[in-house]
Amino acid sequence: MSYRWLDRNLKWVFTLPSVIFVVLMMAFPIFYTIWISFHEWSMSSVVAPKWVGGENYATLFKDARFWNSVEVTVVFTLSTVVLQTVLGVAVALLFFRKIRGKSIARTLMLLPMVATPVAMGLVWQLIYEPTIGSANELLKMFGLKPMDWLASPSQAMMSLVIIDVWEWTPMIALIVMAGLATLPSEPYEAADVDGANGFQKFRYITLPLLIPTILAAGLLRLIDSLKTFDIIYATTQGGPNYASETLNLYGYVLGFQYFKLGLASALIVVFFLIVFSLILAVLGIRKRMEGLHR
Amino acid sequence: MIGKSRIGNLFLTLLTWFVIILFSFPFVWMVLASFKNQAQIMSTHNIFWFKPTGDNYVQVFGQYAFLKFIWNSLVVAVGSTIGALILGLPAAYAIARYQLHRLGSIVLIARIIPGITFLIPWFILFSNLRLVDTYTALILSHMLVGLPFVIWIMISYFESLPQEIEESGLIDGSSKLGVFLRIVLPISGAGIVSSSLLSLIFSWNNFMFSLILAGDKTKTLPLAVFNFLSYAEVNWGGLMAASCIITLPVLLIALIAQRYITGGLAAGAVKG
Repeated sequence: MSYRWLDRNLKWVFTLPSVIFVVLMMAFPIFYTIWISFHEWSMSSVVAPKWVGGENYATLFKDARFWNSVEVTVVFTLSTVVLQTVLGVAVALLFFRKIRGKSIARTLMLLPMVATPVAMGLVWQLIYEPTIGSANELLKMFGLKPMDWLASPSQAMMSLVIIDVWEWTPMIALIVMAGLATLPSEPYEAADVDGANGFQKFRYITLPLLIPTILAAGLLRLIDSLKTFDIIYATTQGGPNYASETLNLYGYVLGFQYFKLGLASALIVVFFLIVFSLILAVLGIRKRMEGLHR
Repeated sequence: MIGKSRIGNLFLTLLTWFVIILFSFPFVWMVLASFKNQAQIMSTHNIFWFKPTGDNYVQVFGQYAFLKFIWNSLVVAVGSTIGALILGLPAAYAIARYQLHRLGSIVLIARIIPGITFLIPWFILFSNLRLVDTYTALILSHMLVGLPFVIWIMISYFESLPQEIEESGLIDGSSKLGVFLRIVLPISGAGIVSSSLLSLIFSWNNFMFSLILAGDKTKTLPLAVFNFLSYAEVNWGGLMAASCIITLPVLLIALIAQRYITGGLAAGAVKG
């Protein structure tokens, strides 16, 4: 009897727990953040949140440090995603050839992205350390001048981009390799008959067929790159002189160091909107590109 | 594909190994430095030839309550993975069988939203419930990391299962719940392993949620390692030993179960 009821409503019985969890842990925080972004509050239990209308947003848009963090976020995200995608495709093509120890190579490539980011941040701090780090030893080997890396406002961003590229290029490479494995062999046979060279085959067969895979991988990285927190917090904490302070970092500082919850929430709402519109834009481009190649 | 000549092939093979060395270098460096004393780290001579010392590890386990942090991380990772499986497996099955695609994309949003969005509301919520610095709060927050993995990997896994098996179970008089528990789940091992491992790894690595929800009693490894930094002089050897300890389990899982992890990580992209 109860089994029959269960069978008829299985759809709801199976999904309800997840839905309740998602509403409590995800939907509630989103609406709470929007609500608090129109208030002034310092997490005090004595003083209740005070309604201030759009004042937090006005303050935010006049705040130079906010605009700096927008710029830092855009530069960091764009450079990491572009570099990772280009290098990832190159690495995938390189690794896809028949070489000895291919499976070891693939396993080793997996390591940067599963290793604990905070720990990796510390390791890179040692590598970048100006006096004892191996990065400067390497530069000296090539007769170049040592750099300050993370300690310099002008080089911190580049140093972080290198860490992120090291960490996530393998992700693109692995996805593209999976895509390469599914490519049909007929076009290549036809190209061989026509006497096409390696580059032509890549340019006119491999690349067009791979575009959807590359875009999907790039989108995945775009989403995660925008949200990068761990490696920045574990190395520069946004410094020096805010040179690497992304929206994520500034939001954290506003909320949990300055306790300006309203302002922090307003920033998070704006951040949220940026992330969503970017994803929609990329999805739109992807649809168009797929239409072109069909 | 590109170079047909022998020299070209040799060049590409060398390039491949150069890339691998480049990507492995930070790990090699971490392990080497964890066995060096401060003087050896400070000197840039004899980088690879030195007398190894285990002092850093002794210090990490002796001076700081590292076993406690390992235990905390383990409880939270295992707890949140079990929670994500209990919620996610039935949900993924229902989404796959009844084509509830809209529900599926709502779960994907959890993967898209910046984690920082949750920090303030969670902190206030869990403070009011007096749950900050408890395993409950940490496990619940980490479940939001694991759940999207479980649901997204399992949707495509359940969709790929032949429906005939389930139908034959129903004809034999089994209830739908029985079919799910006794027929579907036992043959879904590969998918469950894949999603569990990813959930475990990303919970183990999670820093941001622990940063605000963990306290002295429940401090997890990433937080503990990070706190090492704030001690007056940077003790590089100790830091690297701690980094080795925290990454070792993850690296071992990756080495042993490479296939499952690669498949799971790519699942989001293929579906995306």
